[in-house]
Amino acid sequence: MIELFEARKVYHAGEPNEFVALQGITLKLNAREMTVIQGPSGSGKTTLLSLIGGMVRPTSGRIYLLGREITSLPERFLTEIRRRTFGFIFQHFNLVRGVSALENVMLPAFPTGESRAALKKRALSLLGLFDVASKAAARVEHLSGGEAQRVTIARALINNPDAVIADEPTAHLDTRLSCELMEMLGRLKAEGKAVLIASHDPLVAEAPAVDRIVQLRDGRIEGDG
Amino acid sequence: MRKSSLFLLGWAVLVLLAGVMIVHAAVRSRAAESSLSEEIRLVRELDLTDLCLVTEASYTRHLSLTDLFTAFQDHPTALEHFPSGSLLPPSDITRRANGPLDRTAKKHP
Amino acid sequence: MAPWIERQRNILDFTLSSLMRRKRKTLALVFVYTLVVFLLASVLFIASALKKEASLVLQDSPEMIVQRTSAGRHDPIPLSYLDSIKGLPGVQSARGRLWGYYYDSIVGANYTIIVPETGPSGKGSIDIGAGIARVRSLLAGDTMEFRSFRGEILELTVRDILSPTSELVSSDLIVISEDDFRTLFGGPEDRVTDLIVRVKNARELPTIAQKIAERLPDTRIVLREEILRTYEAVFSWRGGILIIILAGAALAFMILAWDKASGLSPEEKKEIGILKAIGWETSDVLLLKFWEGMAVSLTSFLLGILLAYVHAFATSGALFVPVLKGWGVLYPKFRLVPDLDAPLIIALFFLTVVPYIVSTIIPSWRAAIVDPDAVMR
Repeated sequence: MIELFEARKVYHAGEPNEFVALQGITLKLNAREMTVIQGPSGSGKTTLLSLIGGMVRPTSGRIYLLGREITSLPERFLTEIRRRTFGFIFQHFNLVRGVSALENVMLPAFPTGESRAALKKRALSLLGLFDVASKAAARVEHLSGGEAQRVTIARALINNPDAVIADEPTAHLDTRLSCELMEMLGRLKAEGKAVLIASHDPLVAEAPAVDRIVQLRDGRIEGDG
Repeated sequence: MRKSSLFLLGWAVLVLLAGVMIVHAAVRSRAAESSLSEEIRLVRELDLTDLCLVTEASYTRHLSLTDLFTAFQDHPTALEHFPSGSLLPPSDITRRANGPLDRTAKKHP
Repeated sequence: MAPWIERQRNILDFTLSSLMRRKRKTLALVFVYTLVVFLLASVLFIASALKKEASLVLQDSPEMIVQRTSAGRHDPIPLSYLDSIKGLPGVQSARGRLWGYYYDSIVGANYTIIVPETGPSGKGSIDIGAGIARVRSLLAGDTMEFRSFRGEILELTVRDILSPTSELVSSDLIVISEDDFRTLFGGPEDRVTDLIVRVKNARELPTIAQKIAERLPDTRIVLREEILRTYEAVFSWRGGILIIILAGAALAFMILAWDKASGLSPEEKKEIGILKAIGWETSDVLLLKFWEGMAVSLTSFLLGILLAYVHAFATSGALFVPVLKGWGVLYPKFRLVPDLDAPLIIALFFLTVVPYIVSTIIPSWRAAIVDPDAVMR
């Protein structure tokens, strides 16, 4: 589903603080598959995730999404594709403060011009799926860590994406919540989505739903299995 | 109701009121002649020259008959001592009208 | 079409949520903004209405007034000057006019005393303006005491109170007979306050004025057109008070806009980063900021001009009365006739709404074009 071909990412190219985050990654990710990208901090995990998710362009190399090259698409098409194809779960939740959980879940779809009623219905059912429907009207500041986590997942799914990308999702969770999270992500995989997780948490790598672990070190793939 | 709907409704109400305001102004404006008839009559009968807006000083009461030096008539260095005098300056139109006469005057033999 | 509208409404929903999040700050902003628009619009409405009223009402004021100055001061003019004037070709009639000021020490007010050309007021009785009646609590039939130039008390009966609807020209007037005027003020019998000249053809006015000025060099001539233009100038954009108010309003807006334009708070930047990460384009973010600006400024603008209209025309500018009244005691009661025109309101709109929206969008530009992956770090 997603293919990277010799993708390189260099930050501050030509300047004294030039930094090569990724050194030519060739990677293939499939639907109905859960892949974990493991590696120490500074290995380029987050950059790889951003690259795959269409958040940033590679300095060189190509990226294919569902057979179509997206490396040099203009921003507006890229954003639309990204919105439709990917759902993101961030390390720090990144929910908008002062706004209700329900509205947070609906946010990614606001620019699409979809009718609010339909959107609301879908958002509520997603919240229900993750057992936080009761907190729909609550402001995100009033949610517990676990509840916020579920709202984030619900938000990632509002646009019915083909793939879910999670960046260190268990960083602020205890063991119980981490296991619950992996179980929920496993369910998504079973529904046919591609799941990509960047994490150095062993609990994540050892979860039963994981199909493949990619080791990343200094911007290079060291292992794939 | 949805927030944006409520808000847009509020705007619609305000715009409507603004429309009413404009219509009201137009109607009152057209009826101006009749509502001002008393004033017009008195101006004609009594040969009035000014609006009675500020009764503080002679040069604010009769703006059109005032010169820049009118304030001086009270005191040589008095440029201004009434608050409204600073708001309602004397007209320089009269000065400009009478100015040319000074220039064409004949020299004293 | 419908998705476009839905998109706007969705974004507007979110805008309102964010504004409500900072409820107090938003309300304070709207309040200040409305206040500035209110003051500015009030002044513009009132000035515009006064200008219109002056131009309508003073249309029949005397065509030409001849005054005399002596040693730099206004001085009574000899009736004999009429001889030089009456003979001029084009002059229809000329007469002397008697009027002056009387200071009433009882209330500290200045009255304008005038002798009409043809008056019903016989000796011993006066017509007074509604403002005087108010300030001295007088009714028709009451007597007023005046102190004459000789120090004697002159008692005059109020025959009639001039119509209250005419207060804008008559509030401080006392219409008196010539005999009483002379008793009150004295002065030589052969002199009057000024002369009024009527001509057959209005276009000959400047020529006739020129001739009079040549024959009577110690005179000063005021033409009707100058009277009308005086009032137009006073209440126009460049008139003293208007410039000050405009400058004040412009300053207030610059402060408002500067506060916005000096950059977004880190919280706002983060929020924009999140929006970009979850799939909002740069244009969506800018649209958000546009609606944010619009929500505050359009609301304040509409509220401001509506309140200003009520203030200017229902209360006749009650808040500004102390400014215009100054130290005067008498102030006319009047209802202004509205003189609104589209250019005025459009100018107000562009002066207030547009700069604010611009100053909301521009600082957000930098944050809006950031790459979405920035929030991942």
